[in-house]
Amino acid sequence: MSVTRNEIEYIAELARLKFSDDELESLTLDMNRILDYMDKLNELDTENVEPLSHPLELENVFREDKIGKSISAEDALKNSFSRSDKYFTVPKVIKVNSK
Amino acid sequence: MHEIYEPVIGLEVHAQLSTKTKIFCACSTKFGNPPNTNVCPVCLGHPGVLPVLNKKVVEYSIKMGLAVDAKINSHSVFARKNYFYPDLPKGYQISQFELPICENGKIDITSQDGSIKSIGIKRIHMEEDAGKLIHERDNETFIDANRCGVPLIEIVTEPDLRSPKEAYDYLTNLKLILTYLDICDVNMEEGSLRCDANISIRKKGDKKLYTRTEIKNLNSFRNVEKALEFEFNRQIDLIENGEDIVQQTLLWNADLNEATPMRGKEEAHDYRYFPEPDLVPAKISNDRIDEIEKSLPELPSLKFERFIKNYSLSKYDAEILISSIELADYFEKVCKTTNEFKSASNWMISEVLKYLNEHKLDITQFPISPEHLGKLINLIKDGTISGKIGKDVFEFMFNSDEDPEKIVNEKGLLQISDLSELEVMIDSIIAKHPKDAEDYRNGNKKVIGFFVGQVMRETNGKANPQLVNKLLTEKLSRSI
Repeated sequence: MSVTRNEIEYIAELARLKFSDDELESLTLDMNRILDYMDKLNELDTENVEPLSHPLELENVFREDKIGKSISAEDALKNSFSRSDKYFTVPKVIKVNSK
Repeated sequence: MHEIYEPVIGLEVHAQLSTKTKIFCACSTKFGNPPNTNVCPVCLGHPGVLPVLNKKVVEYSIKMGLAVDAKINSHSVFARKNYFYPDLPKGYQISQFELPICENGKIDITSQDGSIKSIGIKRIHMEEDAGKLIHERDNETFIDANRCGVPLIEIVTEPDLRSPKEAYDYLTNLKLILTYLDICDVNMEEGSLRCDANISIRKKGDKKLYTRTEIKNLNSFRNVEKALEFEFNRQIDLIENGEDIVQQTLLWNADLNEATPMRGKEEAHDYRYFPEPDLVPAKISNDRIDEIEKSLPELPSLKFERFIKNYSLSKYDAEILISSIELADYFEKVCKTTNEFKSASNWMISEVLKYLNEHKLDITQFPISPEHLGKLINLIKDGTISGKIGKDVFEFMFNSDEDPEKIVNEKGLLQISDLSELEVMIDSIIAKHPKDAEDYRNGNKKVIGFFVGQVMRETNGKANPQLVNKLLTEKLSRSI
């Protein structure tokens, strides 16, 4: 198994990360080393082992459907990068097609 | 619908569950609160917080699964769907991917030829809703996080639908089930029910499909149907003109009746799902599933069949009467008082629903009790009052909901079925209008309407119409 530098660039793009050429080189190398190690695990016979979706062998705890405390809009907006009135704002993300 | 091509349609419906609180935190789900007030560190995605699953969400999802004969996964896993879009502050949506809560169900619809067609339900999964974005203002996008974390179930069909009409019928049945289960407000305007449609075309008889497109922004079932018709024809035109169909998401514009390509959210269809590390798998015991199954109401399709069978109703009548549990219950209560089921159904569909529509009420607010409506129907049936007077009594009952028998007695509305009384009256009326009687004998049978009118006028509409007709026919034919 191996990944190409192009794939690393694609994954970085999806995660909104930007790397220099050198970084991309070394990341590709690292990623391939990790995958090589995974390949080693593939040597094990897992025919009768259920896939694990969580490392802890716990079951879910449920919450009753009872309303608890929310915070105020002011508190909610305290850490916002930008705001307008009672809203969080970001640069416009969609073109509204109004003909 | 087309000679050469047929559409292959699948629908994804998002239904907001009508729980009091959000799926992973205790914030209220109430619609219409001021922006960013139904929020807390969990649904705002602050660092260090953990989601805790709402028990009701699981219960409602299982209800839906059982109602559509789906398999309930007793071991169900949440997954992260990763994307960057400001409608979710966390940068991912907690959803389900592998092992959704329900799989492999079906919802039946009636095809055009009257046969039953099963539409496969591929999966039903639980997820959190995203926040609301407002794009129309200024040069920024405004974010209201109140809706972040409101519980949704996504109900995904197999690509089994073969016409826009089938899509419409499927949605109607789906909505009815949600209403019966009382797990969703089914209000498309408030967004508590949302639908996206996938459509591709193929030549009839072919297996090979052309490229598929997705349509969003469908805010009513009629718009789903219209948008699918539009897109079906657009795809045919492209193929017929030798052009390619581009795989894309279209937005339906209900004002212009057209779908236009959506821009902005394109590239990000690689969601890199992985099991949600903040939540352990949800285990649901078989006992719990049995318990939920026992709590299900009679489902609309079963009620429909039972109404046709027990009350000898037409499919049309049954369909209207089962359109809500409350309406159906009302009808059944009427039928406890009267055995005139057909008549009860007619009264419900014409008079009661007319009243409710005019006054914008629902059946639980209808002023007349089912017992009194049943009694009224009996009074007409046994000839105590005429059908016409029945309508008047019905109107009196809007205001008082008194016993119709009491109204009839107090207002002197008893039907006149007394033979001698009517005979005397008819004889004198005929005597007063010799020319019209002559007309009748000369073959102008329509004149009888005039005589009936005269009798009704003298009796204030209380004369038994069948009897009046009979007597008039006899007397006019032989009187001199």
